[in-house]
Amino acid sequence: MGATLTELIHAIETADSKTAMVVAVTNLVAVQDVATIPTLITVLGYNNPGAAVAAVDGLVALGSAAVPDLLHEIDGYNYGARAWAIRALALIGDPRALPILLETAKGDFALSVRRAAARGLGTIDWSLLPPDQAAIAQGSVVTVLTEATTDPEWVVRYAAVAGLQTLMTTLIEPQSYKTLIFASFNQVFQQDDTPAVQARARLALDTLHGHIE
Amino acid sequence: MAHDSQPLVNTEEGSLTVDQAIANLRQTADGGLRYYAAWWLGRFRVAEPEAIQALVVALDDERDRAPDGGYPLRRNAARALGKLGDRTVVPALIQCLNCDDYYVRESAAQALESLGDPQAVPALRSLLAGGVAVAVAVPDKPHLVQPYNAVLEALGTLGARDAVEDIKPFLDHDVAQVQNAAARALYQLTGDATYCDRLLQRLQEPNLQLRRSAMMDLGAIGYLPAAQPIAATLAENSLKLIALQRVLESHLRQSGFPMAGLTDEARGVLSLMDELL
Repeated sequence: MGATLTELIHAIETADSKTAMVVAVTNLVAVQDVATIPTLITVLGYNNPGAAVAAVDGLVALGSAAVPDLLHEIDGYNYGARAWAIRALALIGDPRALPILLETAKGDFALSVRRAAARGLGTIDWSLLPPDQAAIAQGSVVTVLTEATTDPEWVVRYAAVAGLQTLMTTLIEPQSYKTLIFASFNQVFQQDDTPAVQARARLALDTLHGHIE
Repeated sequence: MAHDSQPLVNTEEGSLTVDQAIANLRQTADGGLRYYAAWWLGRFRVAEPEAIQALVVALDDERDRAPDGGYPLRRNAARALGKLGDRTVVPALIQCLNCDDYYVRESAAQALESLGDPQAVPALRSLLAGGVAVAVAVPDKPHLVQPYNAVLEALGTLGARDAVEDIKPFLDHDVAQVQNAAARALYQLTGDATYCDRLLQRLQEPNLQLRRSAMMDLGAIGYLPAAQPIAATLAENSLKLIALQRVLESHLRQSGFPMAGLTDEARGVLSLMDELL
């Protein structure tokens, strides 16, 4: 067998370059053990994008088990770590993250965080909620994401369209929101000033055509 | 939706109005106000004739001097003019290529690239005079004798095909970013994809700065085969998304979108972008 968990964590604490850190985090992620969660969350605050990406991947692979610690990290002072934690929560799709994702997509000042939250709102695992609660929460998500299709930043509008497209296929009451969501897609396709965002709306319309009708 | 054309809405940057910003730039008593006003007019794309004229005047400013002898207001004015799309300022920016201040020359070269007017080509080319042999660092400064990156990139964007032989030697310059800029320009000028292979190799560099700069170069030239390698390189998703956006939009222009539908290639780039959100 390879190194023990303690040795792998020690390797992160003593990494002497950004590259060595990425290697150490990658090795720790490979263990896939919930005991690595606190260390992986610490890495999110190191201002090392390569290592943070690897740590996020590791946390996402551990899924719901990582959610309580990640939600705790959101309250921290390290803004970079907070952004990565929201990104991990967005990728995990656990409904316990809904309040923070809704709030973030609406108003966080960093566009990369609004972007991640908008994406995450589209990929919530609704089967973890009772259907009546899920239906209510989906109404809030539709409201926030259709609003986000007019965000000042192109990448947030892009993520909102992508999020709405995914959400559309998991709606419990699709008839209630279909018109609103298609109107959003059409508006973005026809009027957005960023061709990449228009293209994303075109893709959503192409993909959903026939799926819903 | 023209998000950049709402100068009065975004109050985060202070409560300036267009008139106030122009007035601030014209007065000479408070250098700080002038410096900020020049930036602000560019940031909010204020392309009114009064703004343009005040910015052109600022290109000759003698009052605002940095401790190193530089001209901070001129730098900001040149950057702003690059964003305003008015080509009548090209001769004034060409004059700036002779300024003593390296950063004024760099800002002017970048602005001339943005404005897209080929009449700037001869003056830009003259900054490559002497070739790689003289393209060395200035003692005690963090830069070379000329803003080679900005000049090479501008020559590529402006379609300076006559400059190809001047540019080629810079592929072997000591500074990796200069090599990248040369490769990028040579691809734009010749269409020879082997130049892009050099940039693709850079995406494997251990140095994050070099990976970032190669990504942005590949995005700037809209090289479609770079989409997958850009998505796979180790760097911030935010930057990858911007590089992929440029690759995608270059392809969208060529494929007649939005009149024409999405091509399979466009769908492929969109799916890479979705994964990075």
